[in-house]
Amino acid sequence: MSNKNLKYLTGPFSANNPVIVQILGICSALAVTVKLEPAIVMALSVTAVTAFSNLVMSLLRNGLPSRIRIIVQLVVIATLVILVDQVLKAFVYDVSKQLSVYVGLIITNCIVMGRVEAFALGNGPWASFLDGIGNGLGYGLILVIVAFFRELLGSGTLFGFPVLENDWFNLYACGYSNMGLMLFPPMALIIVGCIIWIHRSRNKDLQEK
Amino acid sequence: MSKLRNLVDKMKPTFSKGGKLSFLASTFEAFETFLFVPNTTTAKGAHIRDCNDMKRTMIMVIVALLPAFVFGCWWTGEQVAEACGLEWTLWNSFWYGFVRILPMVAVSYIVGLAIEFYFAQVRGHEVNEGFLVSGLLIPMVMPVSTPLWMVGVATAFAVIFGKEVFGGTGMNIFNPALLARAFVFFAYTPFISGEKVWYSDWTMMGAEKLSTDAITGATALEKLATSNAEVLQGTLTQATLGWEPLDAFFGFIPGSFGETSTLAILIGAAVLLFTGIASWRTMFSVFVGGLAMGYLFQVLGVTTYPAWWHLIVGGFAFGAVFMATDPVTSAQTNKGKYIVGFMTGALAVLIRVVNPAYPEGMMLAILFMNALAPLVDYFVVEANIKRRKNRVKTIK
Repeated sequence: MSNKNLKYLTGPFSANNPVIVQILGICSALAVTVKLEPAIVMALSVTAVTAFSNLVMSLLRNGLPSRIRIIVQLVVIATLVILVDQVLKAFVYDVSKQLSVYVGLIITNCIVMGRVEAFALGNGPWASFLDGIGNGLGYGLILVIVAFFRELLGSGTLFGFPVLENDWFNLYACGYSNMGLMLFPPMALIIVGCIIWIHRSRNKDLQEK
Repeated sequence: MSKLRNLVDKMKPTFSKGGKLSFLASTFEAFETFLFVPNTTTAKGAHIRDCNDMKRTMIMVIVALLPAFVFGCWWTGEQVAEACGLEWTLWNSFWYGFVRILPMVAVSYIVGLAIEFYFAQVRGHEVNEGFLVSGLLIPMVMPVSTPLWMVGVATAFAVIFGKEVFGGTGMNIFNPALLARAFVFFAYTPFISGEKVWYSDWTMMGAEKLSTDAITGATALEKLATSNAEVLQGTLTQATLGWEPLDAFFGFIPGSFGETSTLAILIGAAVLLFTGIASWRTMFSVFVGGLAMGYLFQVLGVTTYPAWWHLIVGGFAFGAVFMATDPVTSAQTNKGKYIVGFMTGALAVLIRVVNPAYPEGMMLAILFMNALAPLVDYFVVEANIKRRKNRVKTIK
């Protein structure tokens, strides 16, 4: 992989992260991050949709009249989302139930259309595909971090396994209690805010003068 | 005194720029101004200065809080003595409550001040004094049975997300002490209004066996919220309610540590008003707002008890005197103070009566109006500009 392509793939992980730098896709980051499992499934679904919508739109970009590009993008993205939805229903039905409408709402996720508009319509298919994967994973990274803290502090579990109490160690017996606020969306917003805070304080070029 | 002054002066170069411990400059500055009134004067422009700087102001608020604090100590001990069937003297009860609350006060001060000092140091600011009051308010608005680590977490949350992210003391949108309470309320609900509060679980206080009929488990507000049905059926009596208005006024009702005694709070209010620290406009209009809303519900037949009961139960008086008047988060303009105060009181009663999930509406009402206060100020200022512009036109 050339240096340039590698940058498309890894750029969105940190310096150009869709959630904490471009502030896109916040609503689903708040909605699906109560538990780790749905967060990871959501991250993979968004990655698949972003990658393939980027690929398809990049292939179509030269024959596509600019006036109808939005409707074509919508058709492509909607098709992909329905595909993902069906796959989730077939293989991980429980998680699909937990995610409920948020799988369908990937269509409205700003990251997907944002990448198509900003990147795929001006770049080749391979670069677009990599950019899609990079942005999906960059989004997923934040989702997983948020979900990790929310599940650990809010429910005392990780992937559904209780980690704060077992046979030889029980934190609840010492007077610990789960933080109910973590189960509410506002706390996810505060965690995202904290991530942005730490990220900016470490990246000097992101700080506004 | 002069020896202390000499000592401080001797230490000063070490902490000044270029000194060995210059990274602790803010900390040193904080302690120096704590010991001695700073003699720096404003260099530019016209300023009216009096000797009452921020540290002195905050100490006055703490003095105003003392009556409620002392009463809270005594009343805590008194309730425990009653529950355990013990005969305690005035002093015994006070001492018991004092020992119970002291760790909470210590935790809130240590956590809060540590964070404040850290941020001041990193930013190169002076350490601000605002937390001297918040640190005492935080334990006073919580049940005395709140676990210490919870007090610490709530304080940290309130100071970091309520204050430091906005730029420190004077920049905060929300009252930090109330934010700490709101945090515990939403994060650890059973510990602030539920089965983990000591009124519900007396074993927490060492009462092994007790006659459950002697002690009621619900706070006065919860009783009030659930009493309407009984009133309609005609079964509500003074006994089922568990308290009389006079009890509530003097503070002989269950509740958070410092909020129960309206009398003690009014003494504090007198101190605040006499020294001119709190705004009488806000304080007065909060009570008027609560009363007006209470009467409205009474006239509409939603509630059957007198409207003024709202002012003496729960945290209404405490919130009105010590929280709503916070000079930072309340409105800045005089007209705005009337509006924000009135709406705080009205909203508190509205939440209490209409939403049974939140028996105490004062906390949410104040926080909500904290958020709206800048908007109210904006419209007051705009209206003033408009009025004066019109005046200019007519002269032409």
